[in-house]
Amino acid sequence: MASKLSSLMENRYLGWIGLAIALLAPFVSATNYSLSVMTSALLFVMLAVGLNIVVGYCGLLDLGYAAFFAIGAYTSGVLATRYDWSLLATIPVVILAAVIAGVVIGGPTLRLRSDYLAIVTLGFGEIIRITANNLEITGGPSGIFGIPGISIGGLDLSSPVAFYYTCVVAVALAVLGAARLGRSRLGRAWRFVREDEDAAEAMGIHTYKVKLAAYIAGAIWGGLAGILFGAQLTAISPQSFTFLWSALILMAVVLGGMGSTPGVVIGAIFVSVLPELLRGAADYRYFIFGVLLIVVMIFRPQGVWPTHAVERSARKRRTDDDSTVEVNQ
Amino acid sequence: MSAPPLLQVEDLRLSFGGVTAVDGLSFTVDEGDILSVIGPNGAGKTSAFNCITGFYKPTGGKVSLDGEDITRLRPSAVAAKGVSRTFQNLRLFGELTVLDNVRAGMHLRIKQNAIDALLHTPRFRKSERIATEEAHKWLDFVGLRGDRAAEARNLPYGEQRRVEIARALARGPRLLLLDEPAAGLNHGEKNELLDLLGRIRELGIALVLIEHDMGLVMQVSRRIVVLNFGKEIADGTPEQVRNDPAVVEAYLGTEDETPAGPAHAEEEIS
Amino acid sequence: MSQLIWNGLFVGSFYALVALGYSMVYGIIKLLNFAHGDIYMLGAFAGFAMLTVAGGLATSAGFVALLVVLVLAMLVTGTAGLILERVAYRPLRGAPRLSVLITAVGASFALEYGMRLVAGPNPEVYPVRLSGTTVHVLGARITLEQLALVGIAIALMAGLQYLVMGTSTGRAMRAISMDPKASLFMGINVNRVISRTFFIGSALAGAAGVMAGAYYGKIDFLMGFIIGLKAFTAAVIGGIGNIKGAMLGGLTLGMLESFGTAWLGGEWRDVFAFAFLILFLTVRPTGILGERVTERV
Repeated sequence: MASKLSSLMENRYLGWIGLAIALLAPFVSATNYSLSVMTSALLFVMLAVGLNIVVGYCGLLDLGYAAFFAIGAYTSGVLATRYDWSLLATIPVVILAAVIAGVVIGGPTLRLRSDYLAIVTLGFGEIIRITANNLEITGGPSGIFGIPGISIGGLDLSSPVAFYYTCVVAVALAVLGAARLGRSRLGRAWRFVREDEDAAEAMGIHTYKVKLAAYIAGAIWGGLAGILFGAQLTAISPQSFTFLWSALILMAVVLGGMGSTPGVVIGAIFVSVLPELLRGAADYRYFIFGVLLIVVMIFRPQGVWPTHAVERSARKRRTDDDSTVEVNQ
Repeated sequence: MSAPPLLQVEDLRLSFGGVTAVDGLSFTVDEGDILSVIGPNGAGKTSAFNCITGFYKPTGGKVSLDGEDITRLRPSAVAAKGVSRTFQNLRLFGELTVLDNVRAGMHLRIKQNAIDALLHTPRFRKSERIATEEAHKWLDFVGLRGDRAAEARNLPYGEQRRVEIARALARGPRLLLLDEPAAGLNHGEKNELLDLLGRIRELGIALVLIEHDMGLVMQVSRRIVVLNFGKEIADGTPEQVRNDPAVVEAYLGTEDETPAGPAHAEEEIS
Repeated sequence: MSQLIWNGLFVGSFYALVALGYSMVYGIIKLLNFAHGDIYMLGAFAGFAMLTVAGGLATSAGFVALLVVLVLAMLVTGTAGLILERVAYRPLRGAPRLSVLITAVGASFALEYGMRLVAGPNPEVYPVRLSGTTVHVLGARITLEQLALVGIAIALMAGLQYLVMGTSTGRAMRAISMDPKASLFMGINVNRVISRTFFIGSALAGAAGVMAGAYYGKIDFLMGFIIGLKAFTAAVIGGIGNIKGAMLGGLTLGMLESFGTAWLGGEWRDVFAFAFLILFLTVRPTGILGERVTERV
């Protein structure tokens, strides 16, 4: 049983299976409500995968991840509502904004002990939220409304089903991208830094730059998820980006298994869908999440779906190596 | 005017607060040399290593490589110049595979960027293939017997030592600093280490060792530097050092062949 | 001008009280106790519960009752800190830093939403509201209870200073913060000292919580979040791990905010404070009084 389970967990077709489930889900239930829950779950997956780059791969604790999400949502929202840009056209600007924010926050703090980063990002999350609340261009406390849906070349994708499938494609690419980065030279460097910064430095790895790269990558993922978020809700306000969000995304990563793509995806779905299933327990859920974080860290720090340092290509390496959805690790 | 030596350490000084760890150390290492740094525990050997490799900022003195001042460089920059090292207490990336550990050494030579990785371009695949092949090559070189796809922490101690050396070699160094490579090894493993050191030297890589095993030191070194209380008390061939009265008194006379144990008090960066 | 300074000092003494616990715990086990701000919240609620139970008695006895409640609330939060360390942090001693930080976030969450379960999501109004006469000193309007609260804060800090510098527990604390391993070899009961540190730090935060409740009149389950961040900022400004630094940092931050508010407007106060934190970490990460460079290399 255990071996079956672990072979399932290392299955290289796992990504395809996940994608198939996401594609087929609307055939099970396609009410507006269930589509909205599933779309939210997808966005959550994208956020969790992005945060996983920072926390899981590189071992840096970011407690203000919602800030990048907010930067993405606001940048695209402002451009779309005030300057009539199409949401797709805002993508490069959002990426740029996320990179700048990542450099401004990560730049000074990543030179310091890693725990300083945690608290500075916490403060940064508040800075962004309060700024959005105070500025006129961001609509103040009431935020921005009337954000258009996504359309590609005149094809309107704003109906719930079309938007859901747009998100499936976007999030699948985001998951794949993060997993591929994780298995590249840069992704290895992130793990080296996480495991032992001194040893990494001794191998010629500029740990500061590598950490900054992780932080910026996370920022980009978060910012892009923000565009989808604005498109889904058509309205955003500072209340959408409180610390609670950052904490919930972190929980998805931690519960699922830091550094493990399938784990994080499952964690994200769990954290976002479970409250919908257990509406009655709403009062308890954050309390339980908090306790769960402690319990997981003490008894199962690797999460429900741990990373396995597997090397498929040990001696007899496959020559193709085009296993695009090889999502483990 | 002869070419500058590969590594030149001049009047190196390091103190933490009031404690002087290294007190005016000077020595040179030539291309292809094998030099050992010995001395009682706490003599400042590891501190000196940490100064040379950029982990500590020395409070005085100069370290140059090929005549170029590397004293203030950060460790990764020193490593990029071709100085590689191992650590006194193994510092492998325990949760990563053996192969990944060795790939760490190749980080600077793997030619791919983030775009290559996202799109899995031919360049990405080629660089990954080369990296894997080279990692195997170095693991063969150090004679690793264990499972290369396994997590490094699951290997036996002696094997982990080999992985660490393979990782350092994969950096492609001209100078390799080994901090107590024989610590914790059994007799057979020590002999294999001796053989390995010889083969590393054949590659043209200069070696500097910190080592407590006198048998190994006397056998392998061309020159020996002896430290005591951060000060250099002798520098010469094994023969000269063995017969140096100061050395006999300060070191050999009092503390012969200390087995490497957990009680090592010398500062380890952690 | 002098009004701004006084406001800064007043708020700053709250920050200092909370920052002390942050800084002490960090100094001794290098843990950022995210739940520390929530201990402050717990203190406010403990005081609230006691004052509500005591009912009419409290309102008539006024200030004296508040002092009694303050001490009792300190015992409650101190014990809570002790339990928190025991249950959540001690099992992870020696675990990777990331795990411990995440545990601290979990503890913070559990405290906040645990309190929400008990007390409900809406703000509570403090049964004792201090309102008294105003005096004018050098042009600043100062109320007597402000003076009294600052007086309590100073007394608590003086007590702490004595404890750390003048008792064996304090010596042990300083020893551990310098070198935990050596302290263990020297026969110091490290666990006990860490427990005491948590107790003292949490008690001080609890005192600040009660004082804030009595002064501002309203408390809610998320009130500890921002103050926790501010306290950390104060600790960093002063030099984290340094007790005098935490006090100094608290007052400095209070002043900065007071002047920042006058300059930029109240809605930017928190942005100003956190931006200053980031700036400070860039320019002088060791803080005003920190001598040791915390970062190797």
